[in-house]
Amino acid sequence: MNLTLHVWRQSGPRDEGRFETFKPEGITESMSFLDMLDLVNEEITVDGGEPIAFEHDCREGICGSCGMVVNGVAHGPEKLVTACQLHMRSFSDGDEIWVEPWRASAFPVMRDLVVDRSSFDRIIQAGGYVSIRTGSAQDANAIPVPKPNADRAFDAAACIGCGACVAACPNASAMLFTSAKAAHLSYLPQGQTERLERAVGMVAIHDEEGFGNCTNHGACQEVCPKGISVDYISRLNRDLLKANLTGVEPGD
Amino acid sequence: MELNARIPDHPIEKMWTNHQFDMKLVNPANKRKYRVIVVGTGLAGGAAAATMGELGYNVECFTFHDSPRRAHSIAAQGGINAAKNYQGDGDSIHRLFYDTVKGGDFRSREANVHRLAELSLNIIDQAVAQGVPFAREYGGLLANRSFGGAQVSRTFYARGQTGQQLLLGVYQALERQVHAGTVNMHVRKEMMDVIVVDGQARGIVTRDLVSGKIEAHMADAVVLGTGGYSNVFFLSTNAKGCNVTATWRAHRRGAGFANPCFTQIHPTCIPQSGEYQSKLTLMSESLRNDGRIWVPKRAGDDRPAHQIPEGERDYYLERLYPSFGNLAPRDIASRRAKEMVDAGHGVGSMKNGVYLDFADAIGRLGKSAVEERYGNLFQMYEKITGEDPYQVPMRIYPAPHYTMGGLWVDYDLMTTVPGLFAIGEANFSDHGANRLGASALMQGLADGYFIVPTTIGNYLADGPKGGVDENHAAARDAVREVTESQNRLLETRGSRSVDSFHQELGRLMWNHCGMARTESGLEEALRKLPELREQFWRDVRVPGSADTLNQSLEKAGRVADFLEFAEVMCHDALTRDESCGAHFREEHVTEEGEARRDDENFAHGAVWEFKGVGEEPVRHQEPLTFEHVPLSQRSYK
Amino acid sequence: MRRVLSLFDSTVGKKAVMAVSGLILFGFVFAHMAGNLKAFEGQESFDAYAQFLRDLGYPALPEYGVLWIARIVLLLAVAVHIIAAIQLWSRSRKARGSRYRKSDSQVFSYASRTMRWGGVIVALFVVYHLLHLTTGTVHPDFEYGSVYANLVVAFQSVPVVLFYVVAVGALSLHLYHGLWSVFSTLGVQNPKIDRIRRPLAGGVAFVLFAGYVAVPLGVLSGIISL
Repeated sequence: MNLTLHVWRQSGPRDEGRFETFKPEGITESMSFLDMLDLVNEEITVDGGEPIAFEHDCREGICGSCGMVVNGVAHGPEKLVTACQLHMRSFSDGDEIWVEPWRASAFPVMRDLVVDRSSFDRIIQAGGYVSIRTGSAQDANAIPVPKPNADRAFDAAACIGCGACVAACPNASAMLFTSAKAAHLSYLPQGQTERLERAVGMVAIHDEEGFGNCTNHGACQEVCPKGISVDYISRLNRDLLKANLTGVEPGD
Repeated sequence: MELNARIPDHPIEKMWTNHQFDMKLVNPANKRKYRVIVVGTGLAGGAAAATMGELGYNVECFTFHDSPRRAHSIAAQGGINAAKNYQGDGDSIHRLFYDTVKGGDFRSREANVHRLAELSLNIIDQAVAQGVPFAREYGGLLANRSFGGAQVSRTFYARGQTGQQLLLGVYQALERQVHAGTVNMHVRKEMMDVIVVDGQARGIVTRDLVSGKIEAHMADAVVLGTGGYSNVFFLSTNAKGCNVTATWRAHRRGAGFANPCFTQIHPTCIPQSGEYQSKLTLMSESLRNDGRIWVPKRAGDDRPAHQIPEGERDYYLERLYPSFGNLAPRDIASRRAKEMVDAGHGVGSMKNGVYLDFADAIGRLGKSAVEERYGNLFQMYEKITGEDPYQVPMRIYPAPHYTMGGLWVDYDLMTTVPGLFAIGEANFSDHGANRLGASALMQGLADGYFIVPTTIGNYLADGPKGGVDENHAAARDAVREVTESQNRLLETRGSRSVDSFHQELGRLMWNHCGMARTESGLEEALRKLPELREQFWRDVRVPGSADTLNQSLEKAGRVADFLEFAEVMCHDALTRDESCGAHFREEHVTEEGEARRDDENFAHGAVWEFKGVGEEPVRHQEPLTFEHVPLSQRSYK
Repeated sequence: MRRVLSLFDSTVGKKAVMAVSGLILFGFVFAHMAGNLKAFEGQESFDAYAQFLRDLGYPALPEYGVLWIARIVLLLAVAVHIIAAIQLWSRSRKARGSRYRKSDSQVFSYASRTMRWGGVIVALFVVYHLLHLTTGTVHPDFEYGSVYANLVVAFQSVPVVLFYVVAVGALSLHLYHGLWSVFSTLGVQNPKIDRIRRPLAGGVAFVLFAGYVAVPLGVLSGIISL
């Protein structure tokens, strides 16, 4: 395949950044998008340049490391896949491909396509857990969970924390990520005790980290590689309003 | 090197309980005077850091990822075993213990395995309390399924993402402690060395992957939960970042490395589709429940699958193992596939796979039933290969997947360096020569949540070590050595990329120390490895500089360590002159072509001592005794 | 009160404030539309209706009492709606930072993309509308109290009618996305409602549009005349 590749290059957070154009050779349709970038990097290295920095690890769509905007769409043109699961057969001979990092103030670019997503960890620190001490749990079957609730909790828990929702949102909101974690726990009996504190705490940090607000566009849901639903945002809104109106403060 | 497994002198059923009582405790008020370093945030490392933080220790936790949630435990698909006997099908702690020792082909330590089986119960309770959304039945109780190597249903699962959900549970517990201030999380910091002072592990050297800063961190004890080394083969199902550096560096500082040749090859992966390929993808083993494995009878047969008539197909697993058929254990299924491909029966454009055919299952159950069972896997296969498995048979081939070998540890999970602990896949402790499905998650969590947080107290109880800071000569020396080695990599400015060396190493290891090994092949590998290593240091090209985010430099350090490690792996495979579990020496086969163990000479763990790069390592032995699971030949006919 | 004010601390709370004030304004817009249709009953009926609004609550309250209370509530609703919108808008701009070289925005509905500019157009229109038919400042022949006559005169100009149609169109689009979002923002989550949310919002927005354009078009076509 003959392709023209425009990749965002940026040496560090303070650099302005620019596109660099490549015309890689030897691309085949069965390659994954990241195999293709590996190939480009191999050429760059042998030619004495500095390879394109991009994050990746499991290369099977579960670790959430990889993330890039391909031709204007987070994780590229295929639905329900991460960039590492995207294959070159999704493109045609002669295509021009623009590759950019996630862009959001809360995700500063560290180098090329690598961004800092530590704000997600801080949102979880603000309450995205059940406060259970190791060893203090009762028997696992002591609390039955209705299967539909367990399934809904799983659907929300499938989030891989890649940040595509933020990248695609016109407001750079992380409400899909935040609400998915809140919903995972709020569908389960284990998560009820801290439910409202969790909502207040997580939304407060979400705002503090500089994410925008949700205006119900639904772009996040479209690009989410795990198909997480925007309905969870509504659920989190309700918990937060309930907490606000009943005077619940964030937990410790 | 002294190997004292410190197995407590109690009956095996009461050993762990009594040992917990025998161990010294650290007073709750004193725990905050201790600082513990945990490297790795997977199931083992993350759980250990969270639990020790909760107990009151000052925990410094390190990961080279951008977040603890990215650790490779996240990719485990199938499930986690526990002897809950919720199905009432006759499971028990003893049965899980028995299955694990037998499945490991009698090369694991009974005492450790029994404890693992006991703790399996607590793990499920803990995970459920954290909100891990395990599969449930309509009554709301937990569901189970069966898995390879067991005759009971004891596997708990969360769709095909059990590892993800368990790791998110660990991650949440960890972030809770970060919030509470008991765990100080260091992301994007890679461990480069262990600092040993007066024979005790007192710290680590890390490289900040963003600023490039190399620094020492000191502590009273160090815990490594840094995973396995399957990436020595370059192509494996492990994440790209998985590496041997942490355990190898610990080994160089005196920690014995046990059974490095025990590497598991998973039978159902998607075959390589080209030379450029960077990573292999695992397909859940559950596919073998309904898929039939076959190859064309005639070697070199180029016809597409549907043109090959039934009579010209060889359903070789069904032919060789009439009772287990397509469900033969991992090592056997893998080896037979390799034999078929090597004999020219391979399928696909690169002739590097065997068929896994669902035509019968679709005919028998209907397409929708097959879709319900395996829909997501079929979809994943189609995304990767572009072929529709409802129409044409899947192609599969074995791939490196898990490593049973690792740092040698005693019953308390401490290595031969006092104060240095190894947990999860990083140690050698529980799986012997072959790991059963759904046992890796169990072991990581048992080590992390329940074992090391307790046993570390026994080591620390004598009082804080104190007296050593980052300016200690040992720390400064270690920092200097790491810096020098890094500068050497950057200054070489050779002509070949790091990846090209890694690929070459991977091919060499796969060919000579992979699924089937021979004396001559291993000797050849041992001749070639020093040459390759020498060439690497002479001709590698690492672009960029030391003080920036430099992914080539990160890879270079890891490949340099793999190049050293590969040698001890080959030594181990060569000296273990028997076949057992996943270690298959072609010289040692039964008449039916199965692995032939040599219990008289090899019923021991082989523990290697480092003597210098390029120097022959020294082999020590930890004898293994089997009092509760009598030695027997595995049979799956 | 402190609890209600604490809503302003988070983006979610601000959105809830926008949702509630938006609902109040929607209630007004709907009632206003229904009242407008009285114009089809003729001058007498329409002027009597206008007088009825002015006298509402009298003599318990002074003349114009209820009207002014309604106006104050509406003004407050408009104020918090706009303040919250501006604050959230500025947050989002900051949060988004730089834009993509290529962006593919097909996934957003037209109504959701035009929410902000639509809001601005509606605000400008309301100002014009008040100057036009309430104070008469920009009316060619305004006579205080003669509501029906003022209306008929105003809508005899084709450009004015066109402008009204466009503005009411923008308003309906704004309300379509607003009504649809209000459920999500206030956390009303019920699969039954979710299914009919979009058609419901669309239906209401269409009724509003039709109701509002009926009067100016009625004048222009001569159905409503002096």
